[in-house]
Amino acid sequence: MLPHLDAAYNLARWLTRDTADADDVVQEAFLRAFKFFDGFHGGNARAWILKIVRNTCYSWLQENRGHEIAAEFDEEQHSVVAHDTEAVLIENIDAQILKRLLDELPLEFREVIILRELEGMSYKEIAGVSNLPLGTVMSRLARARARLHTGLISCLKGELN
Amino acid sequence: MDLVNHLQIEEHLRDCRSCSIVYENQKALKSAMATDSLYFHALPNLQNRIRQTLRVSDRETSRPGGKWLWRLVPALAAVAVIVVIVLLLIWPGPTKDELLANDMVSAHIRSMMADHLTDVPSSDQHTVKPWFDGKLDFAPPVVDLAADGFPLVGGRLDYAGSRPVAALVYQRRRHVINLFVYPATDTSDSGSKLSVHQGYNLIHWTKSGMTFWAVSDLNLKELQEFAQDIQN
Repeated sequence: MLPHLDAAYNLARWLTRDTADADDVVQEAFLRAFKFFDGFHGGNARAWILKIVRNTCYSWLQENRGHEIAAEFDEEQHSVVAHDTEAVLIENIDAQILKRLLDELPLEFREVIILRELEGMSYKEIAGVSNLPLGTVMSRLARARARLHTGLISCLKGELN
Repeated sequence: MDLVNHLQIEEHLRDCRSCSIVYENQKALKSAMATDSLYFHALPNLQNRIRQTLRVSDRETSRPGGKWLWRLVPALAAVAVIVVIVLLLIWPGPTKDELLANDMVSAHIRSMMADHLTDVPSSDQHTVKPWFDGKLDFAPPVVDLAADGFPLVGGRLDYAGSRPVAALVYQRRRHVINLFVYPATDTSDSGSKLSVHQGYNLIHWTKSGMTFWAVSDLNLKELQEFAQDIQN
């Protein structure tokens, strides 16, 4: 069994949002990992592999779906959302809805929330994989959660109406 | 997060409704995302595909030596061709002596094949030596070695080494010895040179401006004796 293949595939699938593209990206990433194995100085192998997968995803997206990351992410534009959370308790979250909402998240938010909630990585590990400052990881995580929250609530309201 | 901070936060969550809702929602989201249906597992064929490409790239990259060697093949071939050409150019081929020795052996064999061993069958050196007069442009020295056990059988004209030569025929028991004599091109005396061609022993020397070739199926030791006797 190749080490951390599932983690690699899961991240690639969430970043590319396509299973076939995830296959290609993961294959490419493992080739890179194999080639640059000298660059791995022990430590967290999963974080190392995921970092390569993440970078491979980004270059793949740049090449094939430039528009998705072409627009430089504007922190200010999205910052409003974080304070918008309505004081409503959400319960019985439907997995399919959650999946759709996750896929609809901007790449930058999707990336951190997947690493945090699906891979159970620490903020520090996420910062290492995504090449971001710790503070940015935390604020993006908060915004990702707020967005999901808002999405879930509007879904609930839609169902009620 | 230390204990004091932790307690403070817990206390705040108890009192502040909006913060506790945020906290509860975060917990709900966390547990909702913990479901396996959101986690995509790689299909087995992806693993096979990756293993295959890794093997291919392993073959390509981890043996740079092999690749490097293959690139050398044309160069090695060129070097080999050059070496062969140079060897052919500087190869001396059979030496003059070797060619002559072959000629002498051929003449010896022919002399016994064609039942034409002697033109002048005589054990008398004073009969044999004058017989060559007028037939050759030189007078070969003729000695009878009957006393040494090599009786003279006769003389014969032959052609070897691209020139007419005198062939003196001696005998030991039933072994015939052909002694070919002709004027040397290099008149300085030389010691005996031994060789074997096609099973025949040859002894070759130059003395007093004459070149001698003794050829026989006689054993080398006795032939050397013969050569010694002639030279004395």
